Amino acid sequence: MQSPALDESKVTLNYHQEAVTGHHGHPDHRMFGVFVFLIADSMTFLGLFAAFMIYRTIMPAWPPEGTPELELLVPIINTAILVTSSFVMHKGQDALKKGDISGLQLWFGLTAIMGLAFLLGQGYEYFHAEFGLTTNLFTSCFFALTGFHGLHVATGVLLILSVLWRSRDKGHYSSTSHFGVEAAEIYWHFVDVIWLVLFVIVYLIN
Amino acid sequence: MTTTTEAQITENGHSSQHQERKWQDYFTFSTDHKVIGIQYLVTAFFFYLVGGALAEAMRIELATPDPDFVQPEFYNQLMTMHGSIMLFLWIIPAGAAFANYLIPLMIGAEDMAFPRLNAVAFWIIPPGGIFFLSSFFIGTAQAGWTSYPPLSLVSGKWGEEIWILSVLLLGTSSIFGAINFVTTIFKMRMPDMDIHSMPLFCWSMLATSALIILGTPVLAAALILLSFDLIAGTAFFNPAGGGDPIVYQHMFWFYSHPAVYIMILPFFGVISEVLPVHSRKPIFGYRAIAYSSLAISFLGLIVWAHHMFTSGTPGWLRMFFMATTMIIAVPTGIKIFSWCATLWGGKLNLNSALLFGVGFLSSFLIGGLSGVMLASAPFDIHVHDTYFIVAHFHYVLFGGAVFGLFAAVYHWFPKMSGRMVNETLGRIHFALTFIGFNLTFLPMHPLGLQGMNRRIALYDPQFQSLNMLVTIGSFILAVSTFPFLINIIWSVFKGEKAPRNPWRALTLEWQTASPPIIENFEEEPVLWAGPYEYGIDIESVDGEESVEEMLAEVGAES
Ligand code: HEM
Ligand SMILES: [Cu+2]
Repeated sequence: MQSPALDESKVTLNYHQEAVTGHHGHPDHRMFGVFVFLIADSMTFLGLFAAFMIYRTIMPAWPPEGTPELELLVPIINTAILVTSSFVMHKGQDALKKGDISGLQLWFGLTAIMGLAFLLGQGYEYFHAEFGLTTNLFTSCFFALTGFHGLHVATGVLLILSVLWRSRDKGHYSSTSHFGVEAAEIYWHFVDVIWLVLFVIVYLIN
Repeated sequence: MTTTTEAQITENGHSSQHQERKWQDYFTFSTDHKVIGIQYLVTAFFFYLVGGALAEAMRIELATPDPDFVQPEFYNQLMTMHGSIMLFLWIIPAGAAFANYLIPLMIGAEDMAFPRLNAVAFWIIPPGGIFFLSSFFIGTAQAGWTSYPPLSLVSGKWGEEIWILSVLLLGTSSIFGAINFVTTIFKMRMPDMDIHSMPLFCWSMLATSALIILGTPVLAAALILLSFDLIAGTAFFNPAGGGDPIVYQHMFWFYSHPAVYIMILPFFGVISEVLPVHSRKPIFGYRAIAYSSLAISFLGLIVWAHHMFTSGTPGWLRMFFMATTMIIAVPTGIKIFSWCATLWGGKLNLNSALLFGVGFLSSFLIGGLSGVMLASAPFDIHVHDTYFIVAHFHYVLFGGAVFGLFAAVYHWFPKMSGRMVNETLGRIHFALTFIGFNLTFLPMHPLGLQGMNRRIALYDPQFQSLNMLVTIGSFILAVSTFPFLINIIWSVFKGEKAPRNPWRALTLEWQTASPPIIENFEEEPVLWAGPYEYGIDIESVDGEESVEEMLAEVGAES
């Protein structure tokens, strides 16, 4: 397995030549890095979801007796907002690919507003809940899971806002070079998918 | 390959670009992977001395059956801090140290894929470590490195919280590091190097990084919930409030069993580099070693509940975890056999690096065998939480990881510093470490079998004599650190100048100057042999020189 290397020995390699193509002097691997990071992040959620599912399986009653019903209206609206926002955001990237920076700004701006609306909805839900963090194991889980996800939404909004901020510089993003835009979008889709899982296991199946 | 450094520089007209490394660089937010590697290594070593001092304090206490040297409560704190420091601030960062230093050099790259993220990963560690130690002022955590609730919820709130936050910080650093290693190994290899001509150290770091990325976040999730229980009064893990401590154990061990592979796999990689070079033989079973790392990594994810045989785990689940755990012995055994076969019939040069390498083999073997014993649920139920466990994991962590680490230090010291170490002091260091290590940890096996509990400051007088022996052994271990420290400090300043390839090794890091220039290589490195083609007289492309002859020439270059 090592001999092929020998045959090709003394071939001069042109890794310097290849190196100039990237953003920081070497080929751009940042998207790969983002994916690896998202794998790690999804494991955090997996841990939390697994804990939730174990409680659900082993506890004699789930949610424990006396837990108030969860209101579904706000979370359903929130789900709709978040899912739509993923498509809205994608239109932003499409616009950029056609070189249309103001299109990017429009659609990303809209996504940020939808993200904020989601967070407001969540705030409303927390504020009007008939239970608190320490009421019982279920309500603790409820706040821990939705709260941790909410933090991710907030981070996503900040990412989008920073993309918007940078897009004011002409030429910062172009139809061919737009790592920041893509990374923000991938992250947003990720947060979206996590929400769907969370919505099903926390709100629907109990 | 025979041209000297200077000649090459002038030939390429590069000389103007060369910057000199300044010593101040090591104290800055440098993005050079070589600087970061050394920063990791020195920081980790500092914490090793701290963790070692705590261990000596414990051993002094345990020399006699009564708690006379420290209060039992303080003993618990010493034990918690010793374990946590050794794991999170010594072994894991030390593995990252070598990964940072070596991966780009081994694959012919100029740096890591994300140099700034890399620097961030390192600079989380010193503040994290100091924060960790600061808890001594307010009463550190006492619940052991495992922090099981409910114990961890009732023994000193803020000390425990500092423990949680520090581990979260150090875990984040570890994840950042792993993202870098994976990306670098996959994306930055020189075009000629396919994944099967990559040095085995890189394979083992791939397996390690996968575990870090999949495991550490689950620990983070557990610690966040534990933190809520501690501070906000929830009861995720507190039975008093309707929670379940077993869920914590599952989440904790989902990370912490893989974590033992996070701690040992990098040094499996080191051994695969050190043994062939110093015994002048090709590695035996390249693919077997490479793939068994991946197999260990995968199996490592599905064995965690072997730590919970006594936690009310149902019988069928115990069977499952017992079986998977025993299966891990297969890929591990493959490695041991391959290493022994590599040594077999080789021209062994028993210098300090190889001595530690062989020391690793013998000690790790014992730790591995006691591990298979513990995998068996009926046996484990008897020795759970006894000194047999303490003996087992020190044979793996000290006899395995730490011996491998010292082998790595002696092997790559000439590359890192440009100086040779003093062999006599190195051998004294090895002899003292090996004797001290076995004297300290071997008697813990019978102690455990006779029923001495772990994590106690006070024990039955019948165990006194063996404990005295253990304490004496630990003093020898403490003494063994001095020849090492003297050797390193003396050699850095006064050691004989090292040529670029003193060991006549084939991996790429030896093709550049010692220490490597800032850009790593003067010109594109050349893959003129696979990483382990020692001692076989294949003709080189010139048809004139054999690999060994070429190596002899390279070895003479400075
Ligand atoms: C200087 C040599 C060392 C000595 C004398 C030593 C001694 C000890 C002792 C006496 C304990 C406490 C046993 C108990 O009360 O249950 C302990 C625990 C531990 N040691 Fe070491 N040790 C040494 C090196 C190491 C190293 C190098 C590592 C890891 C790389 C390590 C990892 C641990 C861990 C994880 C624990 C468990 C702590 C806990 O129970 O929470 N030790 N060691
Ligand atoms: Cu384990």
